Amino acid sequence: MILLQARGITKSFGAVRALRGVDFQATAGEVHALVGENGAGKSTLIKVLTGALEADSGLVERAGSVAAVYQQPALFGELSVTENLALAVERGRVKGLINWRAREARAKELLSLAGAEIDPQRLASTLSLPEQQLVEIAKALGTDARTLIFDEPTASLSQHDAARLFRIIADLKARGTGIVYISHRLEEIFEIADRVTVLRDGESVAERPIAAVTRTELVMLMAGREVSAPEPPSGKVPGEVVLEARGLKVRKGEIVGLAGLVGAGRTELALELFERGEAALVPEDRRQHGVIGAMTVAENVTLASLRSLMLDFPAEQKSALDYQARLGIKTASVNALVDHLSGGNQQKVALARWLATSPRALVLDEPTQGVDVGAKAEIHRVIRELAGQGMAILVISSELPEVLALSDRIAVMRRGEIVAIRERGQADQHQLLDLMLGEAR
Amino acid sequence: MKAAGWAVLALAAVLAVGAPGFFTAANLRDLALNNVATLITAAGLLLVILLGEIDISVGSQFAVCGLVIGVAPWAAPVAGMALGLANGALCGGLRLPSIVVSLAAMVALRDAIRWTTQGAWITLPAGFQWAGLGQDAGQWLVLGFAVLIVALLGWALANVGLLRNIYAVGANAEAAHLAGLPVAAVRIGTFAALGAMVGMAAWLNALRFNEVQPSAGTGLELKAIAAVVVGGASIRGGRGTMAGTVTGVVLLGMIGAALTFLGVSAYWEKAIQGAIILAAVVLDRWGGRDAR
Repeated sequence: MILLQARGITKSFGAVRALRGVDFQATAGEVHALVGENGAGKSTLIKVLTGALEADSGLVERAGSVAAVYQQPALFGELSVTENLALAVERGRVKGLINWRAREARAKELLSLAGAEIDPQRLASTLSLPEQQLVEIAKALGTDARTLIFDEPTASLSQHDAARLFRIIADLKARGTGIVYISHRLEEIFEIADRVTVLRDGESVAERPIAAVTRTELVMLMAGREVSAPEPPSGKVPGEVVLEARGLKVRKGEIVGLAGLVGAGRTELALELFERGEAALVPEDRRQHGVIGAMTVAENVTLASLRSLMLDFPAEQKSALDYQARLGIKTASVNALVDHLSGGNQQKVALARWLATSPRALVLDEPTQGVDVGAKAEIHRVIRELAGQGMAILVISSELPEVLALSDRIAVMRRGEIVAIRERGQADQHQLLDLMLGEAR
Repeated sequence: MKAAGWAVLALAAVLAVGAPGFFTAANLRDLALNNVATLITAAGLLLVILLGEIDISVGSQFAVCGLVIGVAPWAAPVAGMALGLANGALCGGLRLPSIVVSLAAMVALRDAIRWTTQGAWITLPAGFQWAGLGQDAGQWLVLGFAVLIVALLGWALANVGLLRNIYAVGANAEAAHLAGLPVAAVRIGTFAALGAMVGMAAWLNALRFNEVQPSAGTGLELKAIAAVVVGGASIRGGRGTMAGTVTGVVLLGMIGAALTFLGVSAYWEKAIQGAIILAAVVLDRWGGRDAR
């Protein structure tokens, strides 16, 4: 029996088309896995399936409600497990006085359905992460959800806890719940899924029974067939080592790409280098961390390079105008607030700030995420130029074509460690993805 | 800030028609003298509010500095800076919430004064009043000094690189940290600067008298916060100007006196001040933003 049927789902965010005509369904008593690279559109699809987001076009039919269990549980830490469950089940619609005895009885029942042995009186903040996940599952069961979506549930679980989760999923499946399972760990997919759908660039490129697909095929489907041809080595002679962390060395005049899945620890590595004072950092979330929106372009550009006691306004204007021209920052004026700029131009401002300090090493975390094609090309040009001038550059990117196009060498990170380093021209997209996902067990 | 400016002009227009007696030199001078402490405190508090923090212990700091004047007048700003440094270390260094830290400081300092003085007034050193210049010259000295300090701080806020860091930290502390700014030092230094300003306020205010009372500065924090907010600074930090804060002090200072001149019951003063503060916050939320 089909519990959830989505047809022709299309969803755009501004100019970015996150989903293009995706079909997906969940069937009672079946585990349907959803796989794809970072940014393939998995999260957007889940939100559309649960109803958290409305699709631009397409149709979602649900038999019974749909609930999602996320990698990071969202419980009220200061409330007890009973209260957390009650809030989800009652949704604030309690008539008259609270019947604590009934609440607790219901909580115990839901927890046992979820296979959890947790005292319902404990505060949610005292629960371990796997326990919190179990409470999330109990919550979902309490809303009589017939379809349960698991989004990277094992990302922070030990093997033991993951095995327990799989038993619970098998239990739910046996009782006729429809399961949608998202994971980067392909071995898990082969362990528990009955069917798999591959998303790539917002499109569903394959839907197969799990028995009819191999691991190699899945990786191929995720990466795409038109794997960009690796460019030959640049023939540059690298200089002295400027940056070093966890066995990864970045030399003067060299661009090193750092590939890895979301959560592989790349941003943590970038922050470590910054905190040690070894590199300037253009952070990933530019609105939160990169630029100061309430300050002007000129003020942002000079923020890190202010040395003199007195502000030198003519020099500040000149410096800002220089970088505006050099990086092609599109703004009405260098005295406009950064809040008014587009994402790509904000990123250029963040970049300009560090260039003004002439650092020896620069770390860029997802420098072109959410940036339009034109700005992206300009940012790439600047990165190459800087390396040409002798800066050591580390580029973190979830876009493998970007990593392949920019890097002299490519490092792959998995679960906090550098697991492989490849020279330019010695790896293609397929091989990198394989390394990011981990060896087949 | 623009709104406060228009309100000052509107109030002045009403007074010009309804109570021209308001605009005598003597009345304006007395009004200004009565607001010297609020003005300097508000100027210092603007820095802390720009940081996205708050310090409600300024009234108690003011009283402590008053006592210090009884011992050594020059030490008042130093004592204020020390108190500010303590708040700064707790808020900026340990990242404790400034509302709680300064609430504790407000209560603790006030009770410490009560215990030390047993409620007795402190007699100031002979020749301290009006700096020995007599009332006329002394009044101008106090006013001139107050204007100078505030103008200097306002100028520095716009022109000194270190002070721009306050805006950056207040607008987005995480981004400021990742831009390599010493965020903790900026916070601690700003609280210390406020303390020094409060010490200066206490010193200038004390010049008008030959005694200091232990209850001095009660309610000063509310007046100063109100003036900064009415002057268009965002209570969330990152936005506000010295000109705005000065306008806020002028507006709130004028209201009370204006009501007396216009024959409105003084009981309305607080209600009207409250309404103005609310209006300022509403304008801040929905009105146009000043450039800074």
